[in-house]
Amino acid sequence: MEIENLSFRYPDAPKKAVDSFTLEMGESEIVVLAGPSGCGKSTLLRAINGLIPHMYTGDYSGDVRVAGSSVKASSMRDLAQTVGFLFQNPENQIFMFTVERDVAFGLENLGVPRPEMRRRVDEAIGLLGIDDLSQRAPHELSDGQKQRVALAGVLAMRPRLIILDEPTSLLDPKTAMELVDLVARLRKELGTTFVVVEHRLDLLVRVANRIVVMNAGVKVLDGTPRDVLFGEAADGYGVAVPAVTKVQRMLAKDRFVADDRLYSAAELASIVERRDE
Amino acid sequence: MIEFREVTYVHENGVRALDGITLKIDTGETVAIVGENGAGKTTLIKHVTGLLKPTSGAVLVDGIDTRQTSTAALSRRVGIAFQNPDHQLFSESVKEEIAFALRNFGFPPSLVEQRVSWGLQLFGLEEYRESSPLVLSGGEKKRLTLACILAWDPEVVMLDEPTVGQDAIQKEKLAGTIRMLGSTGKTVVVVSHDIEFLWPLQSRVVVMKSGRIVADGPAPEVMTQKEMLESARVAEPQLVSFYQALVRRPRSPFVDALEARLWIEGDKAADSGRPAVT
Repeated sequence: MEIENLSFRYPDAPKKAVDSFTLEMGESEIVVLAGPSGCGKSTLLRAINGLIPHMYTGDYSGDVRVAGSSVKASSMRDLAQTVGFLFQNPENQIFMFTVERDVAFGLENLGVPRPEMRRRVDEAIGLLGIDDLSQRAPHELSDGQKQRVALAGVLAMRPRLIILDEPTSLLDPKTAMELVDLVARLRKELGTTFVVVEHRLDLLVRVANRIVVMNAGVKVLDGTPRDVLFGEAADGYGVAVPAVTKVQRMLAKDRFVADDRLYSAAELASIVERRDE
Repeated sequence: MIEFREVTYVHENGVRALDGITLKIDTGETVAIVGENGAGKTTLIKHVTGLLKPTSGAVLVDGIDTRQTSTAALSRRVGIAFQNPDHQLFSESVKEEIAFALRNFGFPPSLVEQRVSWGLQLFGLEEYRESSPLVLSGGEKKRLTLACILAWDPEVVMLDEPTVGQDAIQKEKLAGTIRMLGSTGKTVVVVSHDIEFLWPLQSRVVVMKSGRIVADGPAPEVMTQKEMLESARVAEPQLVSFYQALVRRPRSPFVDALEARLWIEGDKAADSGRPAVT
């Protein structure tokens, strides 16, 4: 995906929501998009999945290309197959009578032939490990299960890029961790690129390879989780530096531990342990 | 004081959402409620506002049985910010949204004006005063619902997942607001999955699982019980994991020095005999 010098201003808005934004992403990346609320993250996501400029009018300049095609020149129908979107609340995107029908919904709309549809639905259901739920009614499922069903529906379209908008915020900590692990596995197995808007970085830094920070419509930081979270600039933009990273920063300043990469709580503890020996 | 006496709540579909809950929350206390999705946390706090009435047992708010009073009467005393702000925002402007309840409660116009400005300022929403709530981002809507409730100064404030959509700076401010409410004698109940947000509050923590309470005590006591937390699908805060590994070490000047820098003895923590992590 390439975003080239993108600017967008909503009608009557005094300022551009996204301002001269440039970003290139390769295959198989997990990019966290962070920044204070109202910084333009949602607008940027809309420009990636095509809602901007196809559904929202405003002053648009620059270009967004996904898998080689320009978003503004592509139809929403084509975009639905290249960019997937998982909402914060899965109830916004699951509504059929059975899980299987829900996962098939997007494919049915595209008129995908039945045998192909069957194959892709089974594959998506298998990837997410929800085979046992396929005949259940989605509204009877737990929140974590609903989130998986919604993600299966997205995967069945076989998008190259999947956008996740605060996917863990309504999930309990264990279920949230499982979802994050699942994203890491899908990236590895399918080579899909994920753009994740998330404030709970403590969960995501384990699997993300990059953090992009926006402020007032502008890209202000872009680097590995280590580079972004170790630079104290991130704090000023409302980036939730994980507590254990703050400890690592403090210890690294005194040269007690290295700062070459981010450590988990367990790793950091074992380094402190070994120091005594 | 809020009191749950053997409260059971059974949904119309037969699901037992609360299963014999007995709980006392003193006036002025701050309590965090954590637990897996579907554990009954939201159902629990809806009982305090009288939005739900127990199938059996009783809920008392300052001695008043919620079944003997109206939700309207309780709402002056108890403010609740729902998980989904779209369920409680409906006015034409942000300013009107805050003023709505104040007028309903009969606040004089000059006080309404004053409280609206206070709420907008506290939650950084002044620039949207005249805007429609619909143009706000998810995080801003969430803050608006908090402003609406705090504006009428209820004695009990209940927040359901208040950190969703909030960046680190807003979360820090929210934690400050919760501490401020606590210090002014308000009762605050926070339902949240955001363990890293809850930990520095160092409040009382109630852990729920399948409609029951499985743990209840000061944060340093409850949030360090790894197995219990995991069985309720809650994780240990990161600093607790680190601290636990640290204290397993034999004492050494290095560990002592590190500990002194990381942990500050808090009042509640001292009561429970464990140091607090801030």
